[in-house]
Amino acid sequence: MYVYDDFDRAFLTERNAQFRAQVARRIDGSLTEDEFRPLRLMNGLYLQLHAYMLRVAIPYGTLNPNQLRQLAMIADRWDKGYGHFTTRQNIQFNWPLLTDVPDMLDALAEVGLHAIQTSGNTIRNVTSDHFAAAAADEVADPRPYAELIRQWSTDHPEFQFLPRKFKVAVTGSPLDRAVTRAHDIGLRMVAPDAFEVIVGGGLGRTPMIGKVLRDRLPAADLLPYLEAVVATYNLLGRRDNKYKARIKITVHENGIETIRDLVEARFAEIAPTFDAAATAAQLARIQRDFTPPVLVARPLPTATDPAFRAWADTNLHPHRDPSHAIVTISLKAHGATPGDASSAQMRLIADLAEAYGHGEIRISHEQNVVLPHVARADLPALHQALKTQGLATANVGLLSDIIACPGMDYCALATARSIPVAQELATHFDALKLEHDIGPLKIKISGCINACGHHHVGHIGILGLDRAGVENYQITLGGDGTEDATLGERTGPGFAYDQIVPAIERILRSYLDLRTSPEETFLMAYRRVGLTPFKAALYDADLSDAA
Amino acid sequence: MMTQTVHIVTANALLSGEVVYLTAADHWSADLQQARAFADKPLAEAASASAARRVAEVVGCYVTDMRQTAQGLTPTHFREDFRRRGPSNHAHGKQAQA
Repeated sequence: MYVYDDFDRAFLTERNAQFRAQVARRIDGSLTEDEFRPLRLMNGLYLQLHAYMLRVAIPYGTLNPNQLRQLAMIADRWDKGYGHFTTRQNIQFNWPLLTDVPDMLDALAEVGLHAIQTSGNTIRNVTSDHFAAAAADEVADPRPYAELIRQWSTDHPEFQFLPRKFKVAVTGSPLDRAVTRAHDIGLRMVAPDAFEVIVGGGLGRTPMIGKVLRDRLPAADLLPYLEAVVATYNLLGRRDNKYKARIKITVHENGIETIRDLVEARFAEIAPTFDAAATAAQLARIQRDFTPPVLVARPLPTATDPAFRAWADTNLHPHRDPSHAIVTISLKAHGATPGDASSAQMRLIADLAEAYGHGEIRISHEQNVVLPHVARADLPALHQALKTQGLATANVGLLSDIIACPGMDYCALATARSIPVAQELATHFDALKLEHDIGPLKIKISGCINACGHHHVGHIGILGLDRAGVENYQITLGGDGTEDATLGERTGPGFAYDQIVPAIERILRSYLDLRTSPEETFLMAYRRVGLTPFKAALYDADLSDAA
Repeated sequence: MMTQTVHIVTANALLSGEVVYLTAADHWSADLQQARAFADKPLAEAASASAARRVAEVVGCYVTDMRQTAQGLTPTHFREDFRRRGPSNHAHGKQAQA
C-alpha cells in the first residue's frame, strides 16, 4: 500500500500544528464557534448529539495492521474502546474531547492517517472496491489511481469551497462493489489504461443514478479530466439552495450533453497545463507501493466443522488465485451495531492480517472488514481465531448483514434511529432461523433523508423520519447498488418504530411464498412480480400504522 | 400537579460536547432535572441568546419544550429524550454517568 514520503509527513505535521493552534484559540475564546466550525470540519471534527465525533479517512478502504492497531489505541486512549466503520470506508470515533483531538490527529499521522476532507464542501475520501487487487473479476487494481486522486484533491486550492460535498468512487471491476453510479463521480476501469466516467449520481433527498460522461477516458488524462469536471461544477453548481447544490442537480438541470460540452472545453484548455510526465512518474511510484503479494498454494486441510462450512459458504469470495480466498469478516453479529469494532477486535484483525493475510486489510462500504489474500489452507485456523472475538458470524450478504447509518443515536442531522432497527431485525430473524432460507438480501437503513445508509439502493430500504414527533419508517423495495444500479420504489405509508420489524417480516414471508425456487433471490423475485404483492402483504393485513 | 409545557435552554458543552442544560443559578448542568423551566417562551429565548454569548462554555444554544410533571421535566420530543439518555446501542454518555 502507499507509503508516505517526506512531503506527506511534513504536510500532515504542519496541518496538525495549525489545527492544534486553532483548537487552543477556540478554547481561549479568541475564535467564536462560527469561526471555528469550518476549521474543525476541514479536519473531520463534527459536533454530534452527545459529543464530538472525529471522522478519520481510510483511503479507498485500505489499512495495514499497524494502522488498525493505532486506531485501536486511539479508541482506548481517547474514546470508549471502539470505533464505527462507515458506509464511506471511514472510521468514526464518537466520544473525543475537543482538547484531545490534536493529540488524536498526531497519533493518526504517526501511521499515515488523517481526517482531512472527511467533511465540508470539498472532495471527500475517495472510495473503492474493497476486493481490489484480489477479485477474480477485476480488470486492474484501481487503488493506485484512487491514491493519485487523493493526492490531487487533498488541499486542492480551487476545490475547498465547492457548492456542496463531492464524492468520488473508483472500481477496477465490471462488477460494481463501490456503488459508483451513486457518486458525484464514478470511475470504472474498462481496461488497465482507461476509465468509464460516470457523473451526477447520488442518493440523499433527490436520488439519481449517474450518467456516462465519457465512455473511455485514457488513464493518462484522468487528473486534468477530473479537474475539468469539478471546475465545471464549481462554476455551475447552485449555491442558492443547499438541497439543489450537488452535481446531480447540476447535471439534471443543465443536461448531460451541456455538461459534457463544458467539461470537454475546459479539459482542452487545462490539459496542456498539466505536467503529464510528472503525473506518470508519481503514478509509477504509487504503483510500486501496490505490488501484489506473492501467493503460495498449499494443501487444503480437511474441514469438518459445520460452523466453518457455514461461514465459508457466506463469507468467502473467489480470489484471482484459486488457492486463495477473499475473506469478509462480518461486523454484524446478530444484535451488534453494524460497523462497530471494539479495540480488541481491531487488534485481533491486525494480528490475523499479519498471520494469514499478507498484512492487508480493507474496510468495505458495507461496514465489514476484508482480508483480501488468505490461503485456503489457512481458512479453518483463521475462522477459529475469529471466533474468539465474536468475529466469525456467517452472514455476509444475508439479511442481518445490514448497512445502517448511526441515526439519531449519534447524528445531529438524523430524524430517527437506525441502529436499534438493524439490531432488532437481525435478532428477530435469527430467532426465526429464516435468514439462510431467505438467502441473498441487502437491507439498508438510513436515519434521515441524507441517505448515509444507502437505503435507496437496498433490496429493502428503510428510511427513518420524524412524523409529527414520532419515529416513522418508510420502506423502499427493489433498489440495487451494483452495476445494474436501480433506485428502490416506495411501498406507501410508513410504519411506527414498533411496527417496522413486523412489516419487514410480512414482506419476506410474502417473498418466501411467491418465489419460484430457493434460487430465485428476493431481488430477482421483486423484478419478476413488482411491488404489488408486497404492498398487499404490507397493507392489506391492516396492521400498518400509516403516516 | 398538573402537567404543563415549559421551556428550557440546552446546548453542548464546548470541551466535551456533552448535552447540558441552563440552570436557575445560570450555570450549566448535565442533569435535565436541574434545568431552569421557563413558563414564558420569550423569556427562555432571551436567556438562550444571553447564554449563547458564553462562547468559551457551550456550543449551539437553543430553547426546547419539556413537560413539567410531578416526576420532573420530561422531553416532549424523542430527539430530546435521546439527548437526555444517550445512545440506545451502548451504555455510554449519560447512561454511563447514571
